[in-house]
Amino acid sequence: MYTYTEFDAAFVAERNRQFRAQVARRVEGALTEDEFKPLRLMNGLYLQLHAYMLRVAIPYGTLGSAQMRQLAMIAERWDKGYGHFTTRQNIQYNWPKLAEVPDILDALGEVQMHAIQTSGNTIRNVTADHFAGAAADEVADPRPIAELIRQWSTDHPEFQALPRKFKVAVTGSPMDRAVTLAHDIGLRIVRRAGQIGYQVLVGGGLGRTPMIGKVLHDFLPEEDLLPYLEAVVSVWNSIGRRDNKFKSRIKITVHEHGIEDIRARVEARYALIRPLFTGIDQQMLGAIRADFAPPVFRDAPVDGYEAARAADPVFRAWADTNLSAHRAPGYAIVSISLKAHGETPGDATAEQMRVMADLAERYGHDELRISHEQNVILPHVHKSDLQAVHAALREVGLATANIGLISDIIACPGMDYCALATARSIPIAQEIALRFDALKLEHEIGEMKIKISGCINACGHHHVGHIGILGLDRAGVESYQITIGGDGGPDAQLGDRTGPGFAAEDIVPAIETIMLAYLDLRTDPSETFLAAYRRVGMEPFKSALYGEAEAARAAKRKAEPHVAA
Amino acid sequence: MPREFTPKVITANALLEGDVVYLTEDDGWTRTLSEAAILTDEADAELRLLLAQSRASDVVGAYLADVIATDAGPQPTHFREAFRRTGPSNYFHGKQAETR
Repeated sequence: MYTYTEFDAAFVAERNRQFRAQVARRVEGALTEDEFKPLRLMNGLYLQLHAYMLRVAIPYGTLGSAQMRQLAMIAERWDKGYGHFTTRQNIQYNWPKLAEVPDILDALGEVQMHAIQTSGNTIRNVTADHFAGAAADEVADPRPIAELIRQWSTDHPEFQALPRKFKVAVTGSPMDRAVTLAHDIGLRIVRRAGQIGYQVLVGGGLGRTPMIGKVLHDFLPEEDLLPYLEAVVSVWNSIGRRDNKFKSRIKITVHEHGIEDIRARVEARYALIRPLFTGIDQQMLGAIRADFAPPVFRDAPVDGYEAARAADPVFRAWADTNLSAHRAPGYAIVSISLKAHGETPGDATAEQMRVMADLAERYGHDELRISHEQNVILPHVHKSDLQAVHAALREVGLATANIGLISDIIACPGMDYCALATARSIPIAQEIALRFDALKLEHEIGEMKIKISGCINACGHHHVGHIGILGLDRAGVESYQITIGGDGGPDAQLGDRTGPGFAAEDIVPAIETIMLAYLDLRTDPSETFLAAYRRVGMEPFKSALYGEAEAARAAKRKAEPHVAA
Repeated sequence: MPREFTPKVITANALLEGDVVYLTEDDGWTRTLSEAAILTDEADAELRLLLAQSRASDVVGAYLADVIATDAGPQPTHFREAFRRTGPSNYFHGKQAETR
């Protein structure tokens, strides 16, 4: 793992010292809120519905046991004993007091963490595949380049007042667990003819105007990546719209100018700045890469694991859903579900954080990951240790066997916490999980990704959920719109709206209706919901949800020739 | 036709704690909606909002929120204000957990 250089440590300490002084000036009255707000946002501090909220970056979702323990300490000392892991691999504290935030930032600095650029119109925390460095299907570990981008983007003087926020995601696997097609820039490490290079995607994003990213450069050599990124952000910084914040993201710039025009501008800018990159970035990347050298994997028998699987059905069920293929023989990737039925997706108590830290230290080469799906990963666990890991997780309510199933729901904080939300997300997620657990249909349904956002900004990634749920305020009542057929994988797709929305009390029955319709029409249990939807289309689900009459009307509307206005 | 003015309270978040506060009759701040001043005159409401917004060392983001006057004091008309008065629904945290 990357460890801070003296430069990093001094930079973070200085920023914390500055912020402490800024808070003091705000409290004394020397700064107005208008002056203070951009300063606090640059340090991750929001003012939400009930309290301040501090968003702490977990760069590319990677942390060690000492960092996780410090997050637990912060949760206990300055918050209400828990933290919320987000879809951008951050952790949020929902209850800090303004005057205590500088102490929290210092505590983070002690373990090489910060909250810089987790908000504001800057390049945000770079996210990456949560199985990075461990997955069997990986071309290369995306974290070294993600760390280089973190260093390059942090306090980058040209990019501190961008038209809007800017999000970068990196994957090193063709399975794309980083949703690169829904980011301002998505990077995919690819191998072609024995050479490693980068496919650069641009202009993806969800929110008010969801768009799938487009290929800007199909195969970029690694040494050209940073100047190329700088050229992209620089072009957008100069031509991105500042007149309308709903049209300021790069996806709109790409949409309005066209990908060819953007590519030409980027090439021109790139030609200008490329000579300024004299290779120091590559030297730094080399040093960073050494920090991410894989651990020394041990060669040990896995007989005990096989025996435990055969003997213990609870362990077997967990192993079947929560383990993924590791690149090293005898090892597995463990996904720890933060989605116990009825609990808040992504929340972990301080005690749970400590147990996960202990397990990482004892059995997992001291590594933990946060997934954008709001779970925690132990990336390197030898199979002979899995039984002990499972037993320890069980004791603190972390052994739910539901990864990738219907109760493994992404949910934004929604109107339970967020000042922007138009409806609640968390209770809907809780109810869906409890309902399908009670029906005992979860495993029968199989692969199912439900994603819930409490407003149009789509932090819950609802557009790319197999089922997406969007909470809205309809005339002063919480109302939920359903999309189906979305996909956040390598061939990401936006979901299609089923029709009119549902009241809060009707949304769980509506999801049940969709699931029963799917179980009824699938060819066999191997046909996933997504595959079935692609085969049969919207009509059967629309009929199930709204009745035959509405489905027929919709079919008729679709069949009518489009008349240009 | 100008829209009829409906009863309002002035609400904001406290600067230091960040929690929800309401303006009282005597221009103090209370954590409890039932103690908030109900403003029924539009000109008075606008003026008091301006004064509340100028108190930047006490509060952040003061605004007018619709309420209905009842025997138990003002009641929110919108679910957002109901959540602000109560706290989150997933944990017994926030205002609902504060003992008075």
